[in-house]
Amino acid sequence: MILDFFAGIGRKGIELFATVGRAGIMLINALWAMPKLAQNFPLLVRQLYVVGVQSFAIIVVSGLFIGMVIGLQGYTILVGYGAENSLGPMVALSLLRELGPVVTALLFAGRAGSALTAEIGLMKATEQLSSMELMAVDPLRRVIAPRFWAGVYSMPLLAFLFSAVGIWGGYLVGVQWLGVDDGSFWSVMQASVDFNRDILNGFIKSFVFAVVVTWIAIFRGYDCVPTSEGISQATTQTVVHASLAVLGLDFVLTALMFGD
Amino acid sequence: MNNRKTEIGVGLFISAGLIALLFLALQVANTGAMANGETYILKAKFDNIGGLKVRSPVKVGGVVVGRVSSIQLENLVPVVSMEISQDYHFPETSSLSILTAGLLGEQYLGLEPGFTMEGMEIEILKNEDYIQDTKSALVLEELIGQFLFGQNNED
Amino acid sequence: MSDNTYVEVKNMTFSRGDRVIYDDISLSIPRGKVVAVMGPSGIGKTTLLRLIAGQIKPDSGQIIVDGEHIPQLSRAALYDARKKMSMLFQSGALFSEMSVFDNVAFPIREHCNLPEDIIRSMVLMKLNSVGLRGAADLMPSELSGGMARRAALARAIALDPQLIMYDEPFAGQDPISMGVLIRLIRSLNDALGLTSIVVSHDVNEVLSIADYVYIMANKKVIGHGTPAQLAKDDSPLVHQFMAGESDGPVPFHFPGEPIEQQLSEVFK
Repeated sequence: MILDFFAGIGRKGIELFATVGRAGIMLINALWAMPKLAQNFPLLVRQLYVVGVQSFAIIVVSGLFIGMVIGLQGYTILVGYGAENSLGPMVALSLLRELGPVVTALLFAGRAGSALTAEIGLMKATEQLSSMELMAVDPLRRVIAPRFWAGVYSMPLLAFLFSAVGIWGGYLVGVQWLGVDDGSFWSVMQASVDFNRDILNGFIKSFVFAVVVTWIAIFRGYDCVPTSEGISQATTQTVVHASLAVLGLDFVLTALMFGD
Repeated sequence: MNNRKTEIGVGLFISAGLIALLFLALQVANTGAMANGETYILKAKFDNIGGLKVRSPVKVGGVVVGRVSSIQLENLVPVVSMEISQDYHFPETSSLSILTAGLLGEQYLGLEPGFTMEGMEIEILKNEDYIQDTKSALVLEELIGQFLFGQNNED
Repeated sequence: MSDNTYVEVKNMTFSRGDRVIYDDISLSIPRGKVVAVMGPSGIGKTTLLRLIAGQIKPDSGQIIVDGEHIPQLSRAALYDARKKMSMLFQSGALFSEMSVFDNVAFPIREHCNLPEDIIRSMVLMKLNSVGLRGAADLMPSELSGGMARRAALARAIALDPQLIMYDEPFAGQDPISMGVLIRLIRSLNDALGLTSIVVSHDVNEVLSIADYVYIMANKKVIGHGTPAQLAKDDSPLVHQFMAGESDGPVPFHFPGEPIEQQLSEVFK
C-alpha cells in the first residue's frame, strides 16, 4: 500500500524527468538547426505574422482596459489619502513591472500558444511532419525553430505595447475623466520610473516568459499523441502549464529583481 | 502577393512595438538626467537618516542630480554614499538635509550648494569626499515629544 | 547480397513496448521492380516502411538500402540517404498551408538552389505526369482524396528518387482513381527506373502490378513469390489471405479469454 504510493510518486517523477529531457533535446536540436539564415528568414517573417500580428489586437484592447481599470481603482484608493498625484507612478509601475509581462504572457499562451500546439499537433497527426522528415527536411528546422523564434521575438514587443497602451488608458481615466492634474501625472511618473530597474526588468521578465511559453507550446504540439483527443489534450495542457509556469516564474523573478 | 501583406503586417507590428518602447523610455521613465553618464561618490554622516533608502534621489533646488548608492553604519554613525552626476560639482561649504516630499511622500536628500569666494581657498568636493554640514531627518515622534515637553515647561 | 538488390532486410526484429511486431523477418527488394508487401491490416506494414526510411530503429537485425546500413547512420547521413527515397503516405500528407504547386515545389526549393522559372517548369512537368497540372493553384483542402494522393505522388517524385514507398495507396479510393493510381505506379516505375515498394491489402489491385509479392502475418513473412507462384501456393495462410476468408490461420477474433468464460463472469 505505502510502497504503491511511493512507486506512484516515483513513476510520475521519472515521467516528468523524461518529458523535460525530451523537451530539452527538441529545443536544442531545433536551435542547432538554425544557421541557414537566408532560407529561414521568410519562414520567420511568416511566423511573426501568425504569432505576433494576430495577437496584436487582443493585446492592445486588453492593455487599454486594464490600464483604465488601474486608473479608476488607483484613483479611488489614492484620493482617500489626498495622494491622487501619485496615480501616474501607480499605473506605470504596476504595468511595467507586473501586469505588462505577466498578462501578455497569459494572453499569449491562450491566443498564440494554443494555436501553435494545435497546428503542430495537427501536422503530426496528418503525417505532415513525417513526410517532411522523409523528404530529408528536418521538421525541427523547418517547422519548430521559426515558431520558437517568432514567439521569443514577439512577446517582449507585445509586452511593451501592452504597457504603453495601458499607461495611456490610465491617463485617459485619471486625467481626462477624473481630473488628476496632467502635468503631475507625467512628472511624478517620470520621477519614480527608472529605466533600468523597471523597464529593463520588465523586458527581462517578458523575455523569460516568451521562451518558456513558446517552448511549452511547441513541445506539447510536437510531443502530442497524434489523435484528435491527443491534440485537444495537448492544447489544454499548453494553456495550463504555460500559465502556471508564468505565474510561478514571475514570483521567482520578482524576488530576484525587487526582493532586496 | 500574399507574402507582401505578411511582410507589411510584420513591419507594422515591429514598429509599433519599438514605438511603445520609445514611449516608455522617453515619456514614462526619467532617462534624461541619469540614464547615461559618469558619476562620482560623495559621502555624508547623519545622526538619523529616517526613512531614507538606497536609490532615493539627491536634489538641488528640486532637480535630481544623483541617487543614494548605499547606507552603512561606520562606528555606529550612519554614513550615506551618493552617486552624483559628473555634470555637477559642489563646494565644500555645501549642506545636505533629509527632506520629505509632501506629508506622506518619499524622503530625499536636499543639497544646498555653498558659496564660493575668490581668494578664500574653498575647495570643490571630489570623489569620496564627505559633506560636513548635514541636517538629520525629522522624526515625527521626537517632534511631538519636544512639543509636549516644551508645553510642560511653560506651565 | 547481389548487386541487384536495392533494399535488404535481414533477420530484423522490432517490437513496440512488449508487443512484438516483427519477429526475425528477412526481405529483399530487387532494383527496378514493383514489390508488394501484403498482409492483414493492423500488423504494422506501415511500420516496415518507417523502418526502411530510418524513422524508427529495429531491436536487432540489419536494414540495408542501396548499400547503406540505415539504423547505424548518423542523423546527417540519414538525411542524405533519405534524399534518394520518398514515401507516399496513406493520407497524402500534403502541407495544408500551401497550394498544390508549392507542395510539389517544396522538396526542390529545400534541397536545390534553382531559379524560380526552372522550379516552375519542373513542378509543372511532375504535375502533368500525374494529370494535375490544371489543379496547381488549388489548396489541398479543395482536392478529392484521389487527387490529393496523386498530388502527393507528384511531390514524392519531385526530386527523382530511386526508391518510392507507397503506404496503402488504394485504400478508400473509387474504382476510377484506383485504376489511375495503379497505372501511375507502374508507369512511373518503368519510365523513371525506380524501385517501388507497395504496402497494401487490396489483393487484386496489387497482384495486377506487382513483380514480386511478400505476404506477412503473425509477425512473420508467410509467403513470397511472383503473383503467379502465389496463386498456386497451397499454404493455408497464403490461401486464406489471397481468397479473403474471414477465419483460418489468421483468426477472426482478437486474442482474448474464451467468450463462455467472460460471459459467465458477467452473469455470475
